[in-house]
Amino acid sequence: MHSKQIKLIAIGLVTGFINGIFGSGGGMIIVPALTFLMGVDEHKSHATAISIILPLSVISTILYLKEDIIQFNIVMYIALGGIIGSFIGAKFLNKIPANILRKIFGGIIIFTAIRMILK
Amino acid sequence: MKLFIIGFISGIISGMGIGGGSILIPSLVLFANLIQQQAQSINLIVFIPVSIAALIVHIREKNIIFKYTKWIVPGGIAGAIVGSIIAIRINPDTLRKIFAFFLLFIGLYELKKKDRQ
Repeated sequence: MHSKQIKLIAIGLVTGFINGIFGSGGGMIIVPALTFLMGVDEHKSHATAISIILPLSVISTILYLKEDIIQFNIVMYIALGGIIGSFIGAKFLNKIPANILRKIFGGIIIFTAIRMILK
Repeated sequence: MKLFIIGFISGIISGMGIGGGSILIPSLVLFANLIQQQAQSINLIVFIPVSIAALIVHIREKNIIFKYTKWIVPGGIAGAIVGSIIAIRINPDTLRKIFAFFLLFIGLYELKKKDRQ
């Protein structure tokens, strides 16, 4: 086994662990890992990330399902809003400069994190 | 209606390519009074149909590097099993706090990130 393959397996372990324990965040690990460690361009990193996180999310969902954690009456509304929202988001993607978007997003996330800690 | 709006806003964010889950999970915990594990499970299950649609587009456009997917997924499955079991067993308030610190780290990373355009 070559060092490149060991690197890929290690990236997988970390991505799967984060995505499983937080039910999210796999993309936050895998996209920078592919971009900076493997030298993949950002667009292909995003696409490849989805092909990796999808099977991992299926595994995690099955484990969460077994514990009866998932509330399907809520899932319906979120999924409906989410699908409509993601189409609109994808349309606006190129209309707002990415750097401004990231700064706003970063600010909101930090504020939210503090509220979650204080709750 | 509140749930639809939470989904809608998270959808816009994820459609723009910046982690929808980091908005959806806290919104469900702070505004819909779900426990951390319930919010996380909703994010996981909603991600599945949305990402299948995205995946089909990316496969057609040949954007996916399958030689990497092939090597990353097996380790990923092992990590996902361990991570999910910990998440299921842990106290919801403890999990919420650990998640919040992860979120804080993501927020700081996004603010510091250099743009390559």
